[in-house]
Amino acid sequence: MSPGRMNQSHAPITEDSHMQYLLILYADPSGFAALSAAEMERAIGAYAAFNEALRQAGVLQGSNRLKGAATATTVRINAAGKTEVLNGPFADSREELGGYFLIDVPDLDAALAWAARCPGARYGAVEVRPVWARGS
Amino acid sequence: MGEVSVHDMAAAVARRSYGKLVAFLSARTRDVASAEDALSEAFAAALSDWPLQGCPANPEAWLLTVARRKLIDLGRRQQSRSSMTEQLRILTDSVDQALRADPQHTMIPDQRLALMFACAHPAIDAAIRAPLMLQLVLGFDAAMIASAFLLSPSATAQRLVRAKNKIREAGIPLRVPEPEELPERLGTVLDAIYATFAEGWIDATGTDVVRRELASEALFLGRLVVELLPQEPEALGLLALMLHAESRRPARRSATGDYVPLAEQDPLLWDARLISEAELLLLKASTLRRLGRYQLEAALQSAHVHRRYTGRANWQAVVELYDALLALSGSPVVAINRALAIAQIDGPVPALAALQQIADDARLREYQPYWAARADLLTRIGAHHEARAAYDVAIGLERDPAVRQFLQFRRGAIEKK
Repeated sequence: MSPGRMNQSHAPITEDSHMQYLLILYADPSGFAALSAAEMERAIGAYAAFNEALRQAGVLQGSNRLKGAATATTVRINAAGKTEVLNGPFADSREELGGYFLIDVPDLDAALAWAARCPGARYGAVEVRPVWARGS
Repeated sequence: MGEVSVHDMAAAVARRSYGKLVAFLSARTRDVASAEDALSEAFAAALSDWPLQGCPANPEAWLLTVARRKLIDLGRRQQSRSSMTEQLRILTDSVDQALRADPQHTMIPDQRLALMFACAHPAIDAAIRAPLMLQLVLGFDAAMIASAFLLSPSATAQRLVRAKNKIREAGIPLRVPEPEELPERLGTVLDAIYATFAEGWIDATGTDVVRRELASEALFLGRLVVELLPQEPEALGLLALMLHAESRRPARRSATGDYVPLAEQDPLLWDARLISEAELLLLKASTLRRLGRYQLEAALQSAHVHRRYTGRANWQAVVELYDALLALSGSPVVAINRALAIAQIDGPVPALAALQQIADDARLREYQPYWAARADLLTRIGAHHEARAAYDVAIGLERDPAVRQFLQFRRGAIEKK
């Protein structure tokens, strides 16, 4: 079911080993902005194809693309208990959080294999984080 | 059976079975730390029980049964964590299955290779992969690992715990990668084994028991990988390389304990049995027709063996092998050795020119063999002042007193010229 895992001969079959991972996409938005119209179309097509591949494999739990960091607002409650609202993203860096895919796969290797296929790994970097299982 | 021999048997079972049992107990839960906890109690129980009751017919099955009971106790103590209880159910199920399947001679499946791939996973901090493998596959404790790798014991213990947590929490599988990913993933496993060997290799005379053991444990792991993956040429290449290096051990120090460089070693002191085993492995690797770093390095060692029979190493082959290795790795360390081999054929001037090509590499500033090579070549062209300066840097960087003394002697010899 998962990519490249047809032959299970080495691995014990585990009814239980399913984990959720969040693939977190970071990229420098200026790189994306510099793409030509044709390149942009190809990039959008690549994301659509990746999304479809995840769906077909039955691993996709959710996915969204975020608007640019310039549209972000950050909220925190300070030591005095007062709500602070600040313009801008939490972390101000050249590479910004641009979107995510939430997937359900047997293990980290499967998650890393999907991350490597994600177009976001080519335009920037993909951070793979396990999600706490419910009830644990 | 006397107490001592039972104790020895428990120790022998520990060495052979530890990794097997850890791998088996954590294959599905990935919770290597709990598996280790349960096993350490099982081994302690064995040491107090066996001398009184006699050794069980199947020690591994006995240990597994006790470990299973300990795991259930462990689960009761941590009952608030429901996933833990669930993992325990899975675990006890698999132990029960294994024990039921073959109650007389429980065949515990050997998943040590899968465990090694988890230890050397790219998601694990590269510096802790070799220590983690020694701990989980061979049962070394953190203090022993720290002393062998010259690390701080508390920091090592902490990093080992962190790595084990990562295996469990990030879901790193205990699984041998599929054939198409195997060549890439096998590299990190072989690198960790070689790092273990290299640490053991530093103790030339084998007087430091812990480090001496590292070299033999690395050979053990190398043999294990070859046994489980006999068609992987790089695994064969690494074992051949380590055996060639090990064969030189009797020649690396003079009778008075002085360092003897490879070029001045007496080839008749090299261990012929290890050499022929290495040559056979390398031959088998070459028939598989997938060349790699470890095969090339083993082939280099093999070219030096030539000297045992002809009185002279096959320097032309050495230079060609370094060319191939340099193309593969781009490593400045390889470039240094290549320059020294060139010196053997064409003399010091072209060798210095070859060395000059990598002189700007910042990594070499703290690399003793670079400065020693430079010093040697500079001496030979009569640039005594520069040679002495290069020896000073090399001496300052060396941590092995015998090598330091050798370099000081060489530096002193210039002054007399």
